[in-house]
Amino acid sequence: MEYSLLIIATPFLLFLVLGLLGMKMKPSIAGIIGTLGMSLCAIVAYTVAYQYFFQFGKVGEEWTKIIPLNFEWLRFTDKLHIDLGILLDPISVMMLVVITTVSLMVHIYSLGYMKGEKGFERYYAFLSLFSFSMLGLVVATNIFQMYIFWELVGVSSYSLIGFYYTKPSAVAASKKAFIVTRFADLGFLVGILILSFYTKTFDFELLTADHAALATTSFAGGTFLGLSIATWAMALIFMGGAGKSAMFPLHIWLPDAMEGPTPVSALIHAATMVVAGVYLVARLFPVYFFAAPDVLEMIAFVGAFTALFAAVIAITQTDIKRVLAFSTISQIAYMMVALGVSGYGDHDGLGYMASMFHLFTHAFFKALLFLGAGSVIHAVHSNEMDHMGGLHKYMKVTSITFFIACLAIAGIPPFSGFFSKDEILAAAFHHQPVIFWTLWVVAGLTAFYMFRLYFCIFWNGKREYSEHHKPHESPAPMTIPLIILAVFSVFTGFIPFSDFISSNQIPFHTHIDWTGVGALSIGVAVIGILIAFLLYFKDSRQPAKMAKALGVFYKATLHKFYMDEIWMWVTQTVIFRCICAPIKWFDRHIIDGSMDGLAWITQKSSSSIKGLQSGQVQFYAWVFIFGSIVIAALVLFL
Amino acid sequence: MNILSLFVVVPVLMIIALFLCKGMKAIRTVMVTGASVLLVLAAILTILFLQQRAAGDTAEMLFVDSLVWYAPLNICYTVGVDGISVMMLALSAIIVFTGVFSSWNMNMAKEYFLWYCLLSMGVFGFFISIDLFTMFMFYEVALIPMYLLIGLWGTGRKEYSAMKLTLMLMGGSAFLMIGIIGIYFAAGHTTMNLLEIAQLHIPYEFQRWLFPATFLGFGVLGALFPFHTWSPDGHASAPTAVSMLHAGVLMKLGGYGCFRVAIYLMPEAAQQLGWIFLILTGISVVYGAFSAVVQTDLKYINAYSSVSHCGLVLFAILMMNQTAMTGAIMQMLSHGLMTALFFALIGLIYGRTHTRDIREMGGLMKIMPFASVCYVIAGLASLGLPGLSGFVAEMTIFVGSFQHTDWFHRGFTIAACCSIVITAVYILRTVGKILYGPVQDQHHIGLPDAAWYEKVSVVCLIVAIAFIGMYPSGASDIISNSLSPIIAKLNF
Repeated sequence: MEYSLLIIATPFLLFLVLGLLGMKMKPSIAGIIGTLGMSLCAIVAYTVAYQYFFQFGKVGEEWTKIIPLNFEWLRFTDKLHIDLGILLDPISVMMLVVITTVSLMVHIYSLGYMKGEKGFERYYAFLSLFSFSMLGLVVATNIFQMYIFWELVGVSSYSLIGFYYTKPSAVAASKKAFIVTRFADLGFLVGILILSFYTKTFDFELLTADHAALATTSFAGGTFLGLSIATWAMALIFMGGAGKSAMFPLHIWLPDAMEGPTPVSALIHAATMVVAGVYLVARLFPVYFFAAPDVLEMIAFVGAFTALFAAVIAITQTDIKRVLAFSTISQIAYMMVALGVSGYGDHDGLGYMASMFHLFTHAFFKALLFLGAGSVIHAVHSNEMDHMGGLHKYMKVTSITFFIACLAIAGIPPFSGFFSKDEILAAAFHHQPVIFWTLWVVAGLTAFYMFRLYFCIFWNGKREYSEHHKPHESPAPMTIPLIILAVFSVFTGFIPFSDFISSNQIPFHTHIDWTGVGALSIGVAVIGILIAFLLYFKDSRQPAKMAKALGVFYKATLHKFYMDEIWMWVTQTVIFRCICAPIKWFDRHIIDGSMDGLAWITQKSSSSIKGLQSGQVQFYAWVFIFGSIVIAALVLFL
Repeated sequence: MNILSLFVVVPVLMIIALFLCKGMKAIRTVMVTGASVLLVLAAILTILFLQQRAAGDTAEMLFVDSLVWYAPLNICYTVGVDGISVMMLALSAIIVFTGVFSSWNMNMAKEYFLWYCLLSMGVFGFFISIDLFTMFMFYEVALIPMYLLIGLWGTGRKEYSAMKLTLMLMGGSAFLMIGIIGIYFAAGHTTMNLLEIAQLHIPYEFQRWLFPATFLGFGVLGALFPFHTWSPDGHASAPTAVSMLHAGVLMKLGGYGCFRVAIYLMPEAAQQLGWIFLILTGISVVYGAFSAVVQTDLKYINAYSSVSHCGLVLFAILMMNQTAMTGAIMQMLSHGLMTALFFALIGLIYGRTHTRDIREMGGLMKIMPFASVCYVIAGLASLGLPGLSGFVAEMTIFVGSFQHTDWFHRGFTIAACCSIVITAVYILRTVGKILYGPVQDQHHIGLPDAAWYEKVSVVCLIVAIAFIGMYPSGASDIISNSLSPIIAKLNF
């Protein structure tokens, strides 16, 4: 399956072509080249997926790892070297499908959405760069290759968030996104260093091959601050994942990242890049499970807290993209929790499967939600919910597809979100009641805020639109991707995921417990939707009253629990004022001052003794005679 | 004639040709031709070197040639190169070449280029010599022209900066002189030849004093904390090409010297006393990065960034293992190219906006798209984006350093890793401030983008950076193979 290289090579070539020659092309041609290239990429990815899942992938009862390509790129030591290669296994192939599908949809959609924007070709070049990096990330054969592409997706995300570079808020958001994730990547890097120091390899296969060794010998490093070295290494690697996947408290960059063009938010900040952290943990899952189970526990709790935290914030936000951003944080946290509560092997590994399943379904319906939001923004030229309402009349396709996505994310059967979410809840139920009930509440909140959003945008006819600026349905390049993604959102839930993906690569069977967890999750979702319906379907004063009643709590959620302010304080006051500014002063006055001082002393001492070199012969003669006498006296008397 | 000597002869010929030149056009022709010849020479040398190695020549230094110069002390003009010097020569040739294009419109061009050629000669001479005395002589030849180049063609407080830079580096040279003479006598054999001294054993009582002296002497040029303050002032006042050459090549003399003289000849002392300097370099790495965060002058930001990056070079050298040292040399290459690119672009921007204060600029991306995109690339290289040279160098250093067996070194490696975050902060702050956002100063609207000669300079550097970044094993293998015998010696 060497041709799978095409999946990576195509977007890279597209990036080079569009990046170097794009300026000379007509914008529309650049867009079409990008889209065609991406279609090719998607076709190859689907072929690979078909061949893997139905022809070559299964050997006996087990899914194998196929490495069609691997070469040494940079050698550090005999055992440690960065390889670049392609690893095909169930999760990477699944990711290939997700990324190419969503990316292609976004490419098509952008032909309509970004039409007439300045820098159209630059936009497509960066989209290609992103697709290249993201695809390279998921097929990585070793952890360092993953790190390389991890950084590259970070930069593509940076460039795309800051696409409108003349807008100060976009520049600030892109900077924030990069620096926060960079900070997390520091943890990732140090984690890699520690891990590779003890295991002497970067390679995923070697890392995860020997479970017994993972548990015992490979981490003979002792303990540090009461935790084993393995725990430290894996926790630091998780920190990298938490940064990219916007886990609390490193989530602050994601809502701001909505400054980028909306299709970019759909692709990068909803469907693909932000799940890289989940993918990372899934990729190293055996290492986590056997070498550092306490980190998994931590991941579960961090995830559960983030899910709740983000869902609460999402309720009060009024910018539709921010609601979706917090919803994304909350849903990714769901996937993290699923990994955290998962066991290893067969049905114990339900959480692992559920996490990947939710990643898969979420990618489609969340991309759909973002693209739908983009379509709305395109129509009313605003992100604010207050400027919308009653749009169902004007944009039927957007409204219906958005509705489908809302049902999917809320977890109403038979839409895809229900199935994956139900598995996660089931996994949590067997593991930890606190986490289960937290997730259950979050499921209700999700249904509530999603339908609040839906009703406020498309119903709730409080807003009058002037005759000249009547909103209208978006053009075909934008609605077609919406329809395709809606189809995905409806049907992907029926895929028997556990046949393909499991923690130990051996298929197992799952069933839905319609009387237990299933009923609970549908129940809470319906309640959420009903409340939203009562409050927001028609214009009413009820929400405002409730907000007033909640007082401080409402204000706190509206301000995202002041996390931005706290981080601002850390960077501005602690780093700038308490570290950098004193260092600058110290450098100027103490370090440099001592050098200047040395020069000053030299100058002063030389000017005070320069009088001796007066050039007067009488004076020299006098000193000469006097000196001779002194020396003679010394010689005589000592 | 030995191919290596050509590296010294060509600049001398250029100087002679410059004397005969009349008019700007002739001067430019001479410079471009000479610099191109040097570039081609470097390429030929690399190929020849690889061929000889492939043919199985395992001598430590190739193309060795010797000429007695002062018989009573047995001082020779001895030249020879291994993979590391070949790489350094290639780096110098690239930077000298691009520097010519970046100083296209200089006043008093003839005099300027005279000193420029002399400086280049010193640099090349330094990298090819394996005789301590000759090496030291070329080192001084490279330093002195700097005083005049900054003092006469500089901007701002140029006399002060030139004086400060020269005096501090001369102070370093004094230590170096002591070190070299000490090595000569302590080795107990009348030879200045590095390879011969390396075969002899310098007693530890001497090494204990000579190692710090030489390391410090070269370290000053490598911007070792706390002797780095010449660098911000010096760079800020220097004209564009001089900054490029200085940060790109001259600072590498420091790292190269520390490696070639201090550590290679006195491994025991390096093992015993390395920790003192490791702390200093560790401070350099983090301290330089933090200092850069609050600077407002583009050149100061870069100078402090150089302190941080060059600190990493010395840091890795002190780790004394093959991977980290390979990383150190890679970092020299990478930093040389990247910082030259930065200074070329800063010169370009300064030449148009007449300010280097980041608070007075904004939205340049709209005004000079070419220069701005290149600046972003330079920034990304500096903050270690994979695919550009900074990443491979830094990762080799970090992975190599972390292989050290004791906790002290590994702890310091983690501390040094922190610099990657701080680097991102100051790079993105600068880029965000000057290139993005609304146009700050209405007078900047309509300023021309890069001229063709500036483009030549910038594109060459970017190509080199991307080449190393995408195909690191080329450079890394050459370096790593040349290090093997040295490492074998270090670990006795």
